[in-house]
Amino acid sequence: MGRMISLAVVLLCVWFVLSGSTDPFLLASGVVSVLLVVIIAHRMGMIDEEGFPIQLLGRVVLYLPWLVCQIALANLAVARTILAPSMKIDSGSAWVPASQKTPVGLVVFANSITLTPGTVSLSVLEDRIHVHALSRKSLEDLHQGEMDRRVSAVEGRR
Amino acid sequence: MNILIDAVSWIALVTGGLLMVTSALGMVRLPNLFTRLHAGSLADTGGVGLILLGLILQTEPGLNTLKLLLIGFVLFLTTPAASHAVGHAALLGGLSPDSGDADDSQSTNS
Repeated sequence: MGRMISLAVVLLCVWFVLSGSTDPFLLASGVVSVLLVVIIAHRMGMIDEEGFPIQLLGRVVLYLPWLVCQIALANLAVARTILAPSMKIDSGSAWVPASQKTPVGLVVFANSITLTPGTVSLSVLEDRIHVHALSRKSLEDLHQGEMDRRVSAVEGRR
Repeated sequence: MNILIDAVSWIALVTGGLLMVTSALGMVRLPNLFTRLHAGSLADTGGVGLILLGLILQTEPGLNTLKLLLIGFVLFLTTPAASHAVGHAALLGGLSPDSGDADDSQSTNS
């Protein structure tokens, strides 16, 4: 029930940000649409900790700054590889262990890997992720497991 | 103060644009599908992120700032899914991710 209410609040905020109008008719149709969406999503069984993982919000906010730093560093590395006059590429792929317990955690980890330039997740299993990397050094970094640990901390389960 | 914000904003916009160009260049220069995927993610993250940052600094704080942040949020969630879909499809289609810098344009006719 709490999850349904928070979904409704989030959707109402999105409606207001996108319309930007306080016209009573627009606001009323927004409320009706949000209620319809919430009811339909509830009947489809989509409002659970996987379909609307609002419980991760606080810890994701703590994780994001670190991820943005990693993305910035990786951007520089990949841009250097592309612009270097000699195309020296030591690309490769490997399985990286993933310690997340829930599907949402795995998705966060796989998305973080793909979002970081220079590494792409090709295939996701329950306990490991097939990663292709532009340089083998970033594969080694992933094997060190810092990102894995931080995503597991986002998941918040022991 | 305004000049400072303007300067930061323009630096972000220009750097973002340069990253977009670098990304396009990488699409051409890199040898095969998997390495080209990495060039694409350069535009998805650095390019889009910096351009949005520059635009946010240019707009008056308000609803438009939130709309730009919403664009960033949606791209942040969806672009890795698209990259993953392309990579996974290539893997299922039989391309070897360990082919190093070999050109793969001829290897899919099996």
